[in-house]
Amino acid sequence: MATLREIRRRIVGVKSTQKITKAMKMVAAAKMRRAQESIVAARPYARTIAEMLRHLTAKTEAPAYPGLDSRPVKRVALVIVTADRGMCGAFNSNIIRTAVNRIEEQYSQFTAGGNLALYCVGRKGTDFFSKRNYPVASKYVGVFSGLNFGTARSIMRELVGAYERGEIDLVEVIYNEFKNAVQQRVIVEQLMPVPPSTVPVEAKKSRSLVDYIYEPSSAEIISALVPKHLNFQMWRILLESNASEQGARMTAMENASTNARDLIAALQLSYNKARQASITKELLEIVSGAEALKQAS
Amino acid sequence: MADKTYHLDIVTPTRTVFSGEVTSFSAPGYVGGFQVLISHAPLLSSITVGEVKVVDAAGKTSKYATTGGFVEVNANKVTLLAETAERSDEIDVKRAEEARRRAMERLAKKEEVDEARARVALARALNRLKLAGKKSSTVQ
Repeated sequence: MATLREIRRRIVGVKSTQKITKAMKMVAAAKMRRAQESIVAARPYARTIAEMLRHLTAKTEAPAYPGLDSRPVKRVALVIVTADRGMCGAFNSNIIRTAVNRIEEQYSQFTAGGNLALYCVGRKGTDFFSKRNYPVASKYVGVFSGLNFGTARSIMRELVGAYERGEIDLVEVIYNEFKNAVQQRVIVEQLMPVPPSTVPVEAKKSRSLVDYIYEPSSAEIISALVPKHLNFQMWRILLESNASEQGARMTAMENASTNARDLIAALQLSYNKARQASITKELLEIVSGAEALKQAS
Repeated sequence: MADKTYHLDIVTPTRTVFSGEVTSFSAPGYVGGFQVLISHAPLLSSITVGEVKVVDAAGKTSKYATTGGFVEVNANKVTLLAETAERSDEIDVKRAEEARRRAMERLAKKEEVDEARARVALARALNRLKLAGKKSSTVQ
């Protein structure tokens, strides 16, 4: 049985851990609230711009604009969005697992032929994939503290550049979507070429009979709309991931605090038992000592 | 008038500024200002810095300062996708003043690199100031 002193030391240790997890939970909750506000505010715009682009591409024939034209896929780029920091449950490992599955199953022939490029956002994913010698083309580390639109733009600039040069023919993003404070969903989304309209053929037919009036021209609108769309989708993805990360961390730290509480209760119980036992033992010794003295006299 | 309305959404990256039934909507189109009434033909237009005017179902007019974006008109549903849109009474006059001053300074220095940017910044600031100033006259 552990000594009293040992148990006491463990209780103190667990208590200080609990203080940390509680503080982290509080910080994550505050950050999550802010992140949640920004993602909820950004979603309508992201949805609307995607919808507008879909209407546009459904109605104009063969829009020759980079990012819209799909060509035979020879090289694949995967954008893997993880967090910069850990302590957020299965947040990062879910993404990494999905990414590895995709690399090894869906894109195994690209991987084997060296036709795969990884763009890692967030330190956790970057570390994982660079250590294991995956073909990491680009790393974005430390972007989530002080997240701004410029980050999304610079990531997109690199992807669009590579796409235009023909270095990549398909861009997919793997990220956590923010469902609510305690739920995240891993999403695999095709970013480029911009996925064609998903509207059912019936609905499309009835609406696409009327063509739009374009001001100034469809080509000019496309060339303005597509970059904006791509940048904003990347921005949305970063916001989704950021809000999810804070939510995941909040939940993880909540669980850790609860576990610490249970552990402290269990330790306290065994501490009390040990204390009781030692008192009983001492009493027994005193009584039997006194008894022995009495008999001797 | 109630049957002459259509749905309008004004969406910006930071929030949905307006969503509701309107009778009229006008915007500063790239090739010229235009107005949208009910049953307008499908239209996709990019818009520039200027004033967006909205007349809602109750006949109330409100004005917004925008710095550009896109308008889609489709089957009596109008969407304005704006980079910014501030209602005339929500414009930060002080910030716009400041921006105007900065832009003027830059233009005065004649640094060619930044001239185009400064011009756009100036146009944005002037547009905001114009609309903020108009506030008192629209209330009447």
